[in-house]
Amino acid sequence: MSSATELNRRPPDRRPGNRLAAFYRATVGKKVVMAISGVVLFVFVITHLAGNLQVFLGSEKLNAYSALLRGMPELLWPARAGLVVALVVHVIASMQLVLINRRARPVTYAVRRDIETNYAARTMAISGPLVLLYVIYHLAMFTFLVTGPGYSHTDVYRNVVLAFQMPAISGIYITAMLLLGLHLCHGLWSMLHTLGISSRRYRWLRRGLAPAVAIAITAGYISIPLAVLAGIVE
Amino acid sequence: MELDPKVPSGPIEQKWSKYRFDMKLVNPANKRKYKVIVVGTGLAGGAAAATLAQLGYQVSCFCFHDSPRRAHSIAAQGGINAAKNYQGDGDSVYRLFHDTVKGGDFRSREANVYRLAELSMAIIDQCVALGVPFAREYSGYLANRSFGGAQVSRTFYARGQTGQQLLLGCYSALARQIALRQVTMHPRHEMLDLVVVDGRARGITTRNLLTGVISSHAADAIVLGTGGYGNVYYLSTNAKASNVTAIWRAYRRGALMANPCFTQIHPTCIPASGEHQSKLTLMSESLRNDGRIWVPKQAGDHRPVGEIFESDRDYFLERKYPSFGNLVPRDVASRNAKEVCDEGRGVGPGGRGVYLDFTAAIARLGQDLVRQRYGNLFEMYERITGENPYRQPMRVYPAIHYAMGGLWVDYNLMSNIEGLFVIGEANFADQGANRLGASALMQGLADGYFILPYTIGDYLARVSPADRLSPEHHAFRQTELEAADRLKKLLSAAGRRSAGSFHRELGELVWNQCGMSRSAPGLKQALARIPELREEFWQSVKVPGSGAQFNQALEHAGRIADFLEFSELMCHDALDRDESCGAHFRLEHQTTDGEALRDDEHYCHVSAWEFTGLGQPPLLHKEPLAFEYVKPTQRSYK
Amino acid sequence: MKLILKIWRQASAGEAGTLITYPVEDVSSDMSFLEVLDVLNEQLIAQGERPVAFDHDCREGICGSCGFMIDGVAHGPLRMTTVCQLFMRHFGDGATLVVEPFRARALTVVQDLVVDRGALDRIIESGGFISARTGSAPEANSILVSKEASDRAMDAAACIGCAACVAACPNASAMLFTAAKISHLGLLPQGQPERRQRVLRMVDAMYDLDFGSCSNHGECEAVCPKGISIDFIARLNRDHITAGLTSAREVIKDV
Ligand SMILES: Cc1cc2nc3c(=O)[nH]c(=O)nc-3n(C[C@H](O)[C@H](O)[C@H](O)COP(=O)(O)OP(=O)(O)OC[C@H]3O[C@@H](n4cnc5c(N)ncnc54)[C@H](O)[C@@H]3O)c2cc1C
Ligand code: HEM
Ligand code: HEM
Ligand code: SF4
Ligand code: F3S
Ligand code: FES
Repeated sequence: MSSATELNRRPPDRRPGNRLAAFYRATVGKKVVMAISGVVLFVFVITHLAGNLQVFLGSEKLNAYSALLRGMPELLWPARAGLVVALVVHVIASMQLVLINRRARPVTYAVRRDIETNYAARTMAISGPLVLLYVIYHLAMFTFLVTGPGYSHTDVYRNVVLAFQMPAISGIYITAMLLLGLHLCHGLWSMLHTLGISSRRYRWLRRGLAPAVAIAITAGYISIPLAVLAGIVE
Repeated sequence: MELDPKVPSGPIEQKWSKYRFDMKLVNPANKRKYKVIVVGTGLAGGAAAATLAQLGYQVSCFCFHDSPRRAHSIAAQGGINAAKNYQGDGDSVYRLFHDTVKGGDFRSREANVYRLAELSMAIIDQCVALGVPFAREYSGYLANRSFGGAQVSRTFYARGQTGQQLLLGCYSALARQIALRQVTMHPRHEMLDLVVVDGRARGITTRNLLTGVISSHAADAIVLGTGGYGNVYYLSTNAKASNVTAIWRAYRRGALMANPCFTQIHPTCIPASGEHQSKLTLMSESLRNDGRIWVPKQAGDHRPVGEIFESDRDYFLERKYPSFGNLVPRDVASRNAKEVCDEGRGVGPGGRGVYLDFTAAIARLGQDLVRQRYGNLFEMYERITGENPYRQPMRVYPAIHYAMGGLWVDYNLMSNIEGLFVIGEANFADQGANRLGASALMQGLADGYFILPYTIGDYLARVSPADRLSPEHHAFRQTELEAADRLKKLLSAAGRRSAGSFHRELGELVWNQCGMSRSAPGLKQALARIPELREEFWQSVKVPGSGAQFNQALEHAGRIADFLEFSELMCHDALDRDESCGAHFRLEHQTTDGEALRDDEHYCHVSAWEFTGLGQPPLLHKEPLAFEYVKPTQRSYK
Repeated sequence: MKLILKIWRQASAGEAGTLITYPVEDVSSDMSFLEVLDVLNEQLIAQGERPVAFDHDCREGICGSCGFMIDGVAHGPLRMTTVCQLFMRHFGDGATLVVEPFRARALTVVQDLVVDRGALDRIIESGGFISARTGSAPEANSILVSKEASDRAMDAAACIGCAACVAACPNASAMLFTAAKISHLGLLPQGQPERRQRVLRMVDAMYDLDFGSCSNHGECEAVCPKGISIDFIARLNRDHITAGLTSAREVIKDV
């Protein structure tokens, strides 16, 4: 009998009255939140990269930049708050979605072949959390200075160089950057789609651009530990 | 029995408006007290259920499909006619009426056909409002094409998916009523019988296909929109599950079956490729606009196409019908194709096919233009056959396509059983002995959206919902028991043959004896063989599984059991109608050119058959047909 | 040719199922995949066994009844093709093929390869319509629709409701199906008045019916027999953002 009742199963009307809560309730709303927080995180990743690449300009430049940021708490703190909110929201929504998606297919296929999707897309829920772990580690190292070899709050340049001279730390960073690149490979394209930015004509562009940007970002970040290891930056 | 078609009096143009004025109305406050059962969610049933629900009746709707959206109507490709005269090419209600009566070879009821033509325009309006994406011109206006040899462009279409889009339109209207709980939808429920008490239809008995539970449903009126019975021939263009059960069971309960021998053949289907063939696929008639049909002149000429010289080819339609050539009507084209194949000149596996050749068209128009016009059809052909029609001619063969016959109904679409309404392909009404292209969709939607909702009101206003029986009534229990018994009998037959193999055998028999052309000896032979086959079926069919579960083999077997009974009536009717008309071609009655020769003196009537017991000859009732507006003429396509 | 089919057999929703191997001989390359199952079923019936259940009806690729997984791909290896239109000439002789039902929480297995797709109907019932009372329609040509919009609407409307998109989606999401309907109606002028409510309700229904979310994998488009584009998903997202920002959802009621 169960299947007979299933057939006429109708979902109860349980959408909350509050418009925002209602928007967030279903998966499509959650995805929008993922995408918007993704944009915020992406913008940070880009600016942070721009800042970090100044390491190639020498210690004065980078330290000056760092000092500049610290000199503007009225900008820095709201930005940090925004970042934290984005990260928290991104993480919570992603966990909810992962659970919903797991639940949506209780029995898996004996054989399954993917056609269109790729490794990056399939591993979003792995690359994401790993990036989160990395960020915690990274904050501990460079922001809270609780790990790592004797850092100073004023000489960011030295902190970075000292850290990356240790192959283990560089290794962790490089791996993390690759994971971030992987996350963005799918994330950037996905984000545009989720926000409804789509035009048939430019699909190839979005499809192509997302990995290109992701690779560029990864390469940019990785260049720093590599340069330190190679002794170009010291 | 007196057959009263209840056609309103007055000039034909005023009958329907007069009717609507004269009919009784149900008090709006009372509508919700009435319960109507609609069986079928094709264009006819779906449109009716949605509209009746909008009017405020409680509707229970049934279909054997898993979703109302999958009814066979979905497969219609070509289009739907309407006398909009958007092209300004001289179309009018009267012309559509005239063409349909003439196309039906003067075997339909004029008043019904006129009403159909009159309502055709509102159908298009309604469908557009529901969001049917009909083809448009660049200006944004609706586009039309000419279809099936009509001289005006009155066909509306949505790519090659007109039926699908129309059905999705009415399915969405139905879905809305389901959400509003005006309609209780019962998908995967098969109607197994009609419950008739004191000459009135009181309800139906159904089997829940998922659970096997047999139960009854009572209502104040029952509507059958269960489609056509073309699958009696086994191979047809109909969807695999289309069947005769609902109307056959109603017939056995006393409803009259009208003109069951009127079945239509479509000339351009993809031929069967072997024993395994499970159904045939239709390819649009439009192919005949540019393709040339031929077979080798010599029987047994098995050379590959490329090696058959031009002089060895017989373009038989062009030869025999110089003015119409390849564009002769469906039945003429079909019969001629069969004839040349019977002469041993057919091509392809089993010699059942003729070439439909685009070589000349490609030379004349260029491959690009041909691709533009027919690209999707060519693709479909290639997908199925693995042959590329740009390089080698297609092979086509006629196949059963549509059933003009069906349950007899009066002008109100009510059968002779009080409270039993029949709409769409399931009734016999508007297509006469032959249906014109693009007019079945029109009929289904006219019945469902615009006719039945009025006429059923007139009926309901005369009955009281307080009289509705309870499904606990013994008549329901009795019908349930009988239905269950039948299933039990099927399940317990101790044979080894699948129901499908009987279907195949029956199909071949009726196709040969009661198909494109019929003759008294052939029909008698079939009439002798069918009861034997039926006997064998009940003896040696094998239906695995139980009745208390989802059991497709059982569903299938039940339908075939009914085909085995129905086919006998069909042959009987074909034998009785000792004339040729429309798609009913009796070899004994043809002009010297091989045209159908009508006998208006003796057969200008509807043959409505009454069930008298299985194996007993059915009882004939005649509804005489009068043609006051369109004078009968003899067709000629020379 | 010869085939070895490993078919999922499950007597009913409540019972456990398993893959069973069936060799099928005498397969002709002109057979459709369903005709191969017909042949197998004839054999099974002759042996008194329960035939393999599978949904089908039109066998022309239009009704959306048929559909199952062949070697892990919904509707099998050929693009833009339903299993009823998938001919055996596309398979090698002696191939072993795994045939499984579509799987998702929202699509319960009824028997063998038959699943209950009622959830798709529920989605349409939640808002996939234009409320146009029979008889209330204006003259058809008083509503002009640009050819472009109409063609695009038709692209979306071509969906046959087969649920292959759900089956193929790693998240068992019904986004492509839903987006197709929302786009079909949303692209037409007739569909505008209810556009926002429609998207809000249908998006909710998908969630309430236990479909997963869309992570833009694109598998759905790849297996869709009608080639429905995931651009329609982006369109749904766009409509949903606008609607969510501007409208509160109302319950469906009659006029
Ligand atoms: C390939 C093809 C192409 C066609 N093209 C055109 C065209 O271009 N133009 C045109 O005008 N016509 C065309 N036709 C004809 C037209 O499609 C049909 O005549 C028409 O759609 C029939 O509609 P209907 O509503 O009467 O029945 P159907 O659409 O056949 O619906 C029958 C319904 O009844 C239900 N049902 C049946 N029996 C039972 C039962 N016992 N219990 C419960 N439910 C039951 C089914 O589930 C289904 O919902 C075509 C037909 C074919 C085969
Ligand atoms: C700097 C860090 C990050 C950036 C720039 C980023 C960016 C993005 C972007 C742009 C998307 C696409 C959103 C969409 O499809 O609409 C995305 C998706 C996702 N992110 Fe992140 N992300 C980051 C960190 C994280 C973290 C820490 C987690 C997990 C804990 C995570 C988990 C996910 C998941 C699971 C998805 C896929 C969601 C889905 O499509 O269902 N991400 N991310
Ligand atoms: C080679 C790569 C990187 C280097 C050299 C680097 C370096 C730094 C340094 C030196 C700081 C401390 C700045 C300060 O306190 O003044 C910092 C902060 C931070 N980094 Fe990175 N970083 C790298 C990659 C990343 C990546 C990939 C992410 C995110 C995914 C990230 C996220 C952060 C965050 C969130 C902070 C804290 C910002 C703040 O305090 O407001 N970093 N990084
Ligand atoms: S979108 Fe494509 S795959 Fe999904 S139900 Fe519609 S036709 Fe099937
Ligand atoms: S495969 Fe699934 S994730 Fe989205 S793009 Fe298609 S619904
Ligand atoms: S059987 Fe209709 S789509 Fe395959």
